[in-house]
Amino acid sequence: MKHLFLILTFSFFAFGNQYISIFNSNQNKITDIPYLKQDLKIVDFDGLEQYLATKDKSKTYVINFWATWCAPCVKELPYFEQLNTMYADKKVEVILVSLDFPKQIETRLKPFLIKNKLQSEVIVLNDVDANTWIPKVDKNWSGAIPATLIYNSDKSAFFEKSFDYKTLETELKQFLKQ
Amino acid sequence: MRKVFKATLALVVLITVSAFTTKSNITDSGYKIGDVATDFELENIDGKMVSLSDYDDAKGFIVVFTCNTCPYAVAYEDRVQGLNKKYADKGYPVIAIMPNNINVKPGDNMEAMKTRAKEKGFTFPYLMDAGQDIYPQYGATKTPHVYILQKEQKGNVVKYIGAIDDNYQDADAVKTKYVEDAVDALLNNKEVKIKETKAIGCSIKV
Repeated sequence: MKHLFLILTFSFFAFGNQYISIFNSNQNKITDIPYLKQDLKIVDFDGLEQYLATKDKSKTYVINFWATWCAPCVKELPYFEQLNTMYADKKVEVILVSLDFPKQIETRLKPFLIKNKLQSEVIVLNDVDANTWIPKVDKNWSGAIPATLIYNSDKSAFFEKSFDYKTLETELKQFLKQ
Repeated sequence: MRKVFKATLALVVLITVSAFTTKSNITDSGYKIGDVATDFELENIDGKMVSLSDYDDAKGFIVVFTCNTCPYAVAYEDRVQGLNKKYADKGYPVIAIMPNNINVKPGDNMEAMKTRAKEKGFTFPYLMDAGQDIYPQYGATKTPHVYILQKEQKGNVVKYIGAIDDNYQDADAVKTKYVEDAVDALLNNKEVKIKETKAIGCSIKV
């Protein structure tokens, strides 16, 4: 346990700078963020399902379930942002599905998105009947977040865990044709 | 020499297999319905140690892995309190266990647990899984995560695993009260209809 703590502390310092550089932007406006030009998309699971089915057969989708109140989720967001930027030309699309509470969308989620200028598309999933929809995302998902689904027209993989950039990239590469 | 080699090989295979097993089947570890749950001896917010075996008169338990810092757990605090009020006297007391690593979540340390319990007037024990070795045996992955146990000859048998009800946002809009339905069934010697449910929750911090 002590070792784990040391490793975590180390990784914080090692990756901390990167985290700050991506997240350290101030004075951002809503208009800087494409998906906020119209109002933030709030969907129930029926609405989410179109994001879970391959729209474009040449693309690979990375769907990350997160919330502003989930510390490990917020910590890994820069890695998903980085992935979205680095692999845009490889037809990779990152979608960040927020599970923030509806009453906190205006007060907490939107200010967070504007402050941190998240560029990957963010949508809000508001569907209380989790027992019905969680198994539809993946039958082994217990419901803990962070959780990530990577899929394309060939295959899909589900991860109930936190990622660092390298591990995330490694998993993504399994989906990309050489 | 050959024996040593064979044993080493077996060990390597075992480690490799178990490494992959944990990696790909996180949620498959822990108890399944019908398993006998382990007892424990964990420190309560009053400084005393609590075990399931202390409860001579209990017919079973509503074990809730929960914490101070997860918004989902907080959303359910009053409902957990309600469960204890409704079922403790009927033989199914609530036993709350805080599973997080307090170095990662200082807001879940013993002092914070005491404060929260006092603010909310918890009438049930709020224990700390200080060694973090109880929740993995149960297979809890998040807060809140409920295990209903029924006391039988062979031990405390797991009868239900999952969520408290089907609406974390609004207690008044709940359609199915999973935990109440399960305990009611057990009290009436009936089979629990919905034995496992899924819900969003905060991953347990290791």
